[in-house]
Amino acid sequence: MAWKRKDLVSMQDTEAAEIIEVLDTAESMKEIATREIKKVPTLRGKTIVNLFYEASTRTRTSFEIAGKWLSADVINFSGSGSSAEKGESFLDTAKNIEAMSPNVVVVRHKAPGGPALLARHLKCSVINAGDGAHEHPTQALLDLLTIRQKKGHLEGLNVTIVGDITHSRVARSDIHAMRKMGMTVTVAGPPTLIPAGCQDMGVKVSHRLEEAIAHADVIMMLRLQHERMTGGFIPSLREYSRVWGLTLDRLTHCRPDVLIMHPGPVNRGVELSPEVADSQYSVILDQVTNGVAVRMAVLYLLADRRAA
Amino acid sequence: MTAPKEKAQVLDQAGLDRALTRIAHEIVEQAGGADLALVGIKNRGETLAERIAEKIAGIESKRPAVGALDITLYRDDLGSRAEQPRVRSTEIPFSLKGITVVLVDDVLFTGRTIRAAMDALMDLGRPRVIRLAVLVDRGHRELPIRPDYVGKNLPTSRKESVAVMLREHDGQDRVVIQEPEEGEPQPAGGAAAAGEATNKTSGAAAAGEATDKAPRRANTKDARVPGTPTSRKED
Repeated sequence: MAWKRKDLVSMQDTEAAEIIEVLDTAESMKEIATREIKKVPTLRGKTIVNLFYEASTRTRTSFEIAGKWLSADVINFSGSGSSAEKGESFLDTAKNIEAMSPNVVVVRHKAPGGPALLARHLKCSVINAGDGAHEHPTQALLDLLTIRQKKGHLEGLNVTIVGDITHSRVARSDIHAMRKMGMTVTVAGPPTLIPAGCQDMGVKVSHRLEEAIAHADVIMMLRLQHERMTGGFIPSLREYSRVWGLTLDRLTHCRPDVLIMHPGPVNRGVELSPEVADSQYSVILDQVTNGVAVRMAVLYLLADRRAA
Repeated sequence: MTAPKEKAQVLDQAGLDRALTRIAHEIVEQAGGADLALVGIKNRGETLAERIAEKIAGIESKRPAVGALDITLYRDDLGSRAEQPRVRSTEIPFSLKGITVVLVDDVLFTGRTIRAAMDALMDLGRPRVIRLAVLVDRGHRELPIRPDYVGKNLPTSRKESVAVMLREHDGQDRVVIQEPEEGEPQPAGGAAAAGEATNKTSGAAAAGEATDKAPRRANTKDARVPGTPTSRKED
C-alpha cells in the first residue's frame, strides 16, 4: 500500500504512487454507485466534519455523499452563521470541533495554507477541499480518474488548461498531479491571468487559444474567478469570451478524440459555448460522478490514520 | 520475517482438479435445477469459481453465472492495521434475487471472510439460498460457519499456513502446508508465529482470516490438531 500519510493537503506533496493508489481505490468504489442500496459498512462509527468557509455545492455535497455511502456520520459546518462570525479564530474553531472527536475534517478556506495549518495542529485527518488560489487536491484526483477512464492511461497525454490560471487552485493541483503522472501540461490565457514564473512548475505557456488546443488530448476550461480578482484583469467579459471562449467552430481544429473538461461551475457562453458544454467531447458530468468515487477512496484511505 | 518453508504437499494438480470436479457434481446434485450462480471471493476464489462453472457446464447444459466479490469494505478489522488494505472491485453483473448462490473461496479458516462475504451479498440482493464451497477447510473456526462443499479437509496447527497455488496466479496448481522457517518446532502460541508474511497476530481473536486475502496463508496458535479430518456436510 502506497498511502501512509494522515492528511491530504496538496498534490505538490503527494507522490505518484499515492495518486495511483487513490485512483485504483476509486475505481473499485464506483461499483457502489451502481447498486440499488448504495451503502457499505466500512466507516461505520466514524465522524466526518465538513468545515466550509467558502461557498461550495459540488465539493461539499460530493464529500457528504461519499461519507454517507461508506456509512460514516457526516456533519456540515459552514463559515456563515457560525461562531466565526462571533470572532472565533479559525484554529480555535477547528480545535473545538476536534474536541468532539471527529475522524476526518474536510476543510475549505479562503486562506492558502489553512488546511495545512489544521493538519499540523489536529490529531485527526485533514482533507483540503480548496484553500484560496492554492490547491484543490481531490479535484485533481477526480480529473485524473476521468482522463484515465476515457483514455485508458495518463502518461504521455497532452493537457491544455485554459483561462484564469492565476486565481485557480484547480489549475495548480492539476499541474502538480499531471506532471507527476508524466503528462505534458500547457496553460493558456491572457497574460494578466497567467502567473509569472509558472514555467517553473514544468508547464508550457501559450497566449493563443488555437495553438494551445491544436494537439491537446484534454482541454480543461476554467471559470473566471471574479471573486478573487482585485483589479482589471480583462477588458470586458465579452472580449474575453470572444478571444478565449471555446466554441464548436474552434473545436474543429482539435483532435477528434479530444476531451473537454471543466471543474465547474460553468459560465455558459463565457469560457464554454453551450454547444460545447453539451457536446460528445464533454466529460464534465463524468467528472462530477467520479468526484464521489475519488472522495470515497480518500476517506477510506485516511479515516483510520493518526498522527505519528 | 522469514520465508515460510514448505512442509508437505496436500494436493497436486490432478488432486486439485478431481476435488473441483467432485464439488461441481455435488453442487449440481443439490441445486436440482434451481437458478444457480457462483460467486468467488477475490482473488483465488474467483478463479476457482470460474473453474467450477466450467465443470458444471460440462455436466449440465447450462453454465452458471459467475461473479466476483471483494470483501475489503466489509472486514471486521479495518482500522486495527497499520495501513488500509487495498480495495478491489466487486463484479456481480446479475441479480441475486431468488437464486441459489454458491460462495467459493480457496481456504476456510476462521470464518471471518465468509461472514464479511455474506454481509456483502445481502447488500447486493436477496438470494434464496447461500451455500459455501471451499477448496481447503483447515479448521480453527471463530464463527459459527460451516462449508457445504469441501475439496479437502486439512487439519493444521495455527502456526502453519496453507498456500493454494493456482495456474492463473502462481503458474502451477497445487496446495501445500507451510511453516515458519526458523527453529521449528515452535512453542505453541509463540511470538514467532506472528512474524510471518501476513500481519496476523497469533491468538488474537480479532485477527481472523479476513486479514489476509492476497497471499493465502495463515498462522496459528495451537500445536497441531491431531488426527481426524473435520467432518463435512453433516450437521
